[in-house]
Amino acid sequence: MDFGFTTAAYVVAAILFILALGGLSGQESAKRAVWYGIVGMALAVIATLMGPGSGNWFLSLLLVGIGGAAGWVIAQRVQMTEMPQLVAAMHSLVGLAAVFVGFNAQIELARVTRALRDNTGEVFRGFAEVLTHKTPAELNMLQIEVVLGVFIGAVTFTGSVVAFGKLAGKIDGKPSQLPGGHMLNAAAAAGSLLLAILYVAGAGPAMLWLIVITLLALFIGYHLIMGIGGADMPVVVSMLNSYSGWAAAAIGFTLGNDLLIVVGALVGSSGAILSYIMCKAMNRHFVSVILGGFGGTSGPQMEVDGEMVAIEADGVAAALNEADSVIIVPGYGMAVAQAQGAVSDLVKKLRAQGKDVRFAIHPVAGRLPGHMNVLLAEAKVPYDIVMEMDEINDDFPSTDVAIVIGSNDIVNPAAQDDPNSPIAGMPVLEVWKAKQVFVSKRGQGTGYSGIENPLFFKENTRMFYGDAKASLDKLLPQID
Amino acid sequence: MKIGTPKEILEGEARVAMTPDSAKQLQKLGYDCVIETGAGAAAGFSDATYKEAGVEIVKTAAALWKAADIIAKVRIPTETELKRLTRDKTLISFFNPGANEDGLELAKSKGANVIAMEMVPRISRAQKMDALSSMANIAGYRAVIEAGNNFGRFFTGQVTAAGKVPPAKVLIVGAGVAGLAAIGTSTSLGAMTYAFDVRPEVAEQVESMGAEFVYLDFEEQQQDGSATGGYASVSSPEFREAQLAKFRELAPEMDIVITTALIPNREAPELWTEDMVKAMKPGSVIVDLAAEKGGNCKLTVPDEKIVTDNGVTIIGYTDFPSRMATQSSTLYATNIRHMMTDLTPDKDGQINHNMDDDVIRGATVAYQGEITFPPPPPKVAAIAAKPQEKPKELTPEERKAKELAEFKAQTKSQVTMLTAGGLALLLVGAVAPASFMSHFIVFVLAVFVGFQVIWNVSHSLHTPLMAITNAISSIIIVGALMQIGSGNWLVLLLAALSVLMAGVNIFGGFLVTRRMLAMFQKS
Repeated sequence: MDFGFTTAAYVVAAILFILALGGLSGQESAKRAVWYGIVGMALAVIATLMGPGSGNWFLSLLLVGIGGAAGWVIAQRVQMTEMPQLVAAMHSLVGLAAVFVGFNAQIELARVTRALRDNTGEVFRGFAEVLTHKTPAELNMLQIEVVLGVFIGAVTFTGSVVAFGKLAGKIDGKPSQLPGGHMLNAAAAAGSLLLAILYVAGAGPAMLWLIVITLLALFIGYHLIMGIGGADMPVVVSMLNSYSGWAAAAIGFTLGNDLLIVVGALVGSSGAILSYIMCKAMNRHFVSVILGGFGGTSGPQMEVDGEMVAIEADGVAAALNEADSVIIVPGYGMAVAQAQGAVSDLVKKLRAQGKDVRFAIHPVAGRLPGHMNVLLAEAKVPYDIVMEMDEINDDFPSTDVAIVIGSNDIVNPAAQDDPNSPIAGMPVLEVWKAKQVFVSKRGQGTGYSGIENPLFFKENTRMFYGDAKASLDKLLPQID
Repeated sequence: MKIGTPKEILEGEARVAMTPDSAKQLQKLGYDCVIETGAGAAAGFSDATYKEAGVEIVKTAAALWKAADIIAKVRIPTETELKRLTRDKTLISFFNPGANEDGLELAKSKGANVIAMEMVPRISRAQKMDALSSMANIAGYRAVIEAGNNFGRFFTGQVTAAGKVPPAKVLIVGAGVAGLAAIGTSTSLGAMTYAFDVRPEVAEQVESMGAEFVYLDFEEQQQDGSATGGYASVSSPEFREAQLAKFRELAPEMDIVITTALIPNREAPELWTEDMVKAMKPGSVIVDLAAEKGGNCKLTVPDEKIVTDNGVTIIGYTDFPSRMATQSSTLYATNIRHMMTDLTPDKDGQINHNMDDDVIRGATVAYQGEITFPPPPPKVAAIAAKPQEKPKELTPEERKAKELAEFKAQTKSQVTMLTAGGLALLLVGAVAPASFMSHFIVFVLAVFVGFQVIWNVSHSLHTPLMAITNAISSIIIVGALMQIGSGNWLVLLLAALSVLMAGVNIFGGFLVTRRMLAMFQKS
């Protein structure tokens, strides 16, 4: 097959990918959009196999088959609550693949240069053959791209592995850093830059420089994400998502493959927008999230007076039986307790009684953008009663009962009342304006961020202690 | 200690401050209860039921005042009653301290403690003892019932074999507790209900009860009722004019008008003028809940029902709660019981008159030989005391100007970004080789398309978005496939690994996305 076919296929694939992303604007069109993505990917793979510079058909298909089977099994088995981990793990694979492809490019490059210099007359196949036609300026550019691709890929790889560990609970979610903190990162980044210049300038052993850069980047990815707390994970995951895209784009430049560039750029910008949305939802700057921890407190936090009043299931049930309108605010705690099914049952019962029941979802609820929506969808909660923060925030004053299940900072009134609070200015769900608020919570602690929540001390708030699922199971039979 | 309730002296007063139920609760607090014989009869509670509840019955009022340490009653105590107080006694009752100086002086001279139920501060903690609200609730309900009693038609519209009946139109002026109760009753009877209040923030409450809020075409910022502890205050003359004009417009249409407008410690404002009454249809009914304070309608005669020359009935009863004595006694007795609970923190039957407590301090008008009225402002701010700073309503011109300014700012920032981006591109183009530039343009365009597309992604689909971008970013497989044909074994190995990993990602990513999307369903 000739070149023209491959390019044509790439154009179609690129358009299909754009449609796949664009289709996600609505739940119904999204179902079609996935197929666009799948067809696009199949087309891209087939076209590449037929295109120039590839070989080993058999091996390629075999490996895709093996990998695909593994992917299939994972996709079938994964729990919806584990989505954040899965996404992080998959990012790490893309990152690592980018590193490998970058290395390959360097190896081939070295081979080709050596051959040209010694004039061995060796005949190259595949990618190496493309390299033989490049001018020195183009080769320099190529090296820049290789460094970028490898660097970003390596950061993505370790970063995602750490994020995976934190999300899966295998690594402690609290921010922790080596002594030296961000100076270490800065030093490593500066070192990488220096080595990258040496590498591109052709001074010294190119391969060695590249390996050291990779090691430094691996360290940066590890150390950067270790320093970020669990509550900031939505931003981290979308940031890594973005990085994996940029890595792919950089590799696309290296290989001169427009499809890689297009798709990398799409994914990169998608991740960047998601990070931006998440940061905005927390009223924090991207930089301060990345630098880790909640910083910038300018004074003592407001004293909270009053006390938390506990309530038992029968009290909650009585209030729910009387209420006409109910808003449920789920958070990470619901995911941890796997309580989405119980929540769904509760909603079904309440709705059967003709009550107006809705969900209020904060943009950063959970550990992944849109995490709560997926969990609720899994539990068969109809998506048209699941509202965004802006849609529902004004409705709290006319709501009889608000139930907070396993969320904390996103319903913290201190964000509005206390200018000294670390989360001051973060948009929050104004649950305390409802006539009654029930908070389902494991214990009296302050949760991930360690910020005191005055909501728990309000007069119209009652604390419903216990594991979210166990509490709801106790509550359910009492709803009539 | 003993809590006692005498028979109300005022003629026609049917309420009683203690019911058998409340007596049981008071006994749980450690008190003994005593009641004058026949005190509950008018409210439907016989002596026998009190006895059953463990209440001691005494024959005369004098004996009761002597026996009890705490006296709970409903109406403002008379001089005779106050003279029976002694140093160690506490009186809980309505007292009207603002216009009852003689009573206050008498209580002071006797050295007794007096708690005036109308002085309970309007804070959420004290709602359970807010007798004004519980009585107003009843008055609002009863006002509608009285109106219906004197109104010759249905409330609800009906189409019957015998002809079509239009629904009654009811206007309720003043959406306080009584007003809201009247709205609720009126709408549930099926009338078309309209309501007005000088505090625009109650519009939402009015609408939540199913009535239509009557808005004025009035520019001036209307007063914020929350600044005055949830009560209405006096409005400006211009505002009043606009309000009366609106009422004049409504008067001929309305079948029933219920006025509930009261301003604390003032005569009731005149809102329903004579000419409005004249404009109403014959058979219409006006219920003036403000009759006791002079009436919102000047034609109102307190405690009486009159019919005007044009056939409009005006009801000026002041004893609506008493007309539903069983209900109002139950609620009032519960208010008293809650007050006692607050006064008896140890549940030991001993009063602990804690003058540091906002609620108790606020309600106490005489304490140990001192007049303690008016109380200092409560430490805890009243309902919604913190005025929410609402964004100012913009006039159409201002809004237009603002939109224009925003548009300009947006244009400016876009042009700046485009220029900067263009320059950056040119700079790159100046140094980079041509082959790079052709790819670079593809890259820039793709980023641009990405930004345009992703902004439209629905928030709830962010997780599927991440999964699908994840799958798509495995496009890196294309790179690996291009290298797998290389002759070098190391390249082959790395490329093969990449293909494997990307394969996991492609299948895993797409499948999990599909799984997620399949779960989203409409109700």
